[in-house]
Amino acid sequence: MAAAIEIIEVVKRFGATTALESLTLSIADNEFFTLLGPSGCGKTTVLRMIAGFEPVSAGEIRLFGQNIAALPPDRRPVNTVFQHYALFPHMSVIDNVAFGLKMKGVDLAARRARAGKMLEMVHLSAFAERLPAQLSGGQQQRVALARALAPEPRVLLLDEPLSALDLKLRQAMRIELKQLQQDTGITFIFVTHDQEEALTMSDRIAVMSAGRLQQVGTARDIYETPLNRFVADFIGETNLLPVDVEAISQDASRVRLPGGGALTVPGTATPGRHTLSIRPERLVPDPAGPLKARLERVVYLGTDLHLMTRLQDGSGLVVRMQNSARSALPAAGEVLSIAIEEGAARLLAD
Amino acid sequence: MRGVRHYPGFLALTLVCLTVLYAPLLVVTAYSFNGSTSITQWGGFSWRWYADVFTGPESARFGLAARNSLTIAVLAATAATLIATAASLAMVRGGRFRGRTASFALINLPLMVPEIVTAVASLIFFTMVGLRTGYGTILIAHITFCIPFAYLPISARLEGIEPFFEEAARDLYASRFRAFTQVLLPLMAPGVISGWLLAFIISLDDFIITNFVKGAGMETLPTAIFGSVKQGIKPNIMAISTLMLAASAAVVTLSWLINRRGQRSP
Repeated sequence: MAAAIEIIEVVKRFGATTALESLTLSIADNEFFTLLGPSGCGKTTVLRMIAGFEPVSAGEIRLFGQNIAALPPDRRPVNTVFQHYALFPHMSVIDNVAFGLKMKGVDLAARRARAGKMLEMVHLSAFAERLPAQLSGGQQQRVALARALAPEPRVLLLDEPLSALDLKLRQAMRIELKQLQQDTGITFIFVTHDQEEALTMSDRIAVMSAGRLQQVGTARDIYETPLNRFVADFIGETNLLPVDVEAISQDASRVRLPGGGALTVPGTATPGRHTLSIRPERLVPDPAGPLKARLERVVYLGTDLHLMTRLQDGSGLVVRMQNSARSALPAAGEVLSIAIEEGAARLLAD
Repeated sequence: MRGVRHYPGFLALTLVCLTVLYAPLLVVTAYSFNGSTSITQWGGFSWRWYADVFTGPESARFGLAARNSLTIAVLAATAATLIATAASLAMVRGGRFRGRTASFALINLPLMVPEIVTAVASLIFFTMVGLRTGYGTILIAHITFCIPFAYLPISARLEGIEPFFEEAARDLYASRFRAFTQVLLPLMAPGVISGWLLAFIISLDDFIITNFVKGAGMETLPTAIFGSVKQGIKPNIMAISTLMLAASAAVVTLSWLINRRGQRSP
């Protein structure tokens, strides 16, 4: 079966600047796919090219096998939920939701019925005759969702749709969105700069930076096995340690840690200076540990504690501990031995 | 910080300005209800000069002039609004194109050129191309100088409309044309209406250019009033002036109200 969206060597240039460097990406049917990255990384540009608002400078975009790169937005069976919703302020909620069907030539009775059903799905039937301005931000968000889903698009594009909502509502909408995607069976392509959003909802995530694709994988893949420094640093928190690769076996490398200890990590690399990524929660204070670090400060986070420590070579190391009444807290200034959990250290490509 | 009210002489200066601006209007309005035939002697309150405007010896002349003024104002405002709307779309939504700055200057030129220069130039132009001066030449001249007045509120309104509304319409299967008629035009409407009203008033009021290009025997209300005043000011002129003042004030207020309502619900 053809992929829902295939992006093949797509380049986007704005004048002299290249916003997107040769991107190739395949998104499966019925997938919740997220483009994640900081602002300016090109993720919204990708979405706008799929929708048809921006022409590609080079390359192909295929929708279920058909090249759509030359089609105008109104000829692509793809709908968008805009960041600021873009609800038509002069139309009632139900007219907004029925707009796509009206443009497709569906008759009045049929489109009102379908729009009514969509409003029911997002629990807004009581608001059908209101104007968008009379709705709260969360309600407008759901109208935008209903409007984009009403014409039954093959692919739904979502451009940071939750960013304007407050935290509580955002968390509730994450669950609702995921549920909606599973119920409708439509491919969702979701753009966000919020890694928590990406990790909680997505089947797969594409991490982007500076117009380049950095890594594609499941939430677990990109969190547990980041390919490079950017991904390791951008997703969650991590410790990046300078290490020397001393010996390489078939599928593992022996590295020298700052302070002298040695460790065998999965993956191979050329001998010399490299960066090791270790998540703070995979480090534990342990008298037999290979890392020696002086405790500078304890940061209290409620469920967790952050131990801010410094290794002998001056690099910082953060250790995350569960806040438990049983464990006695080490005092600032104390030198701790710290162990790395089995398989927790990743050798990064750059 | 001290408010502007506290500067020395603020009150006196304000009163001087208000007096210079509005005292003549008040005098004209008050004397339009004068019962006597004198323009300086108060002879008690009366509607006689209003009656005179509609039934008196000059009523036929003023009636014809008023009809010319109104039809020219409606046609000129409509044509200028259409042109200004198209110009706004090109300037605000057309991206960067060659000659954009030059176009902007060209649209707004009538605001900066002294009216007497435009008047003389228009007359010379019409003579050179062989157009007979009359209703047609007045209309062409009015359309021209009304464009910037219609353009300003329309382009200001369009600049305030985020491009994502049109994108949303296109995304939902609307062609370019339908995205314009179904979404952009309704959102622009307050600006278009107030642009039309402004152009209407500017056309209705114009004297200098009209006087140059109108030709013999053709009158609009301002030129008819001027013609009548040349033979001495009669109180009926004050009544006509007051009626025009009321009409202008009503249209400007309407334009302002529509614009304000549009701003509240973008």
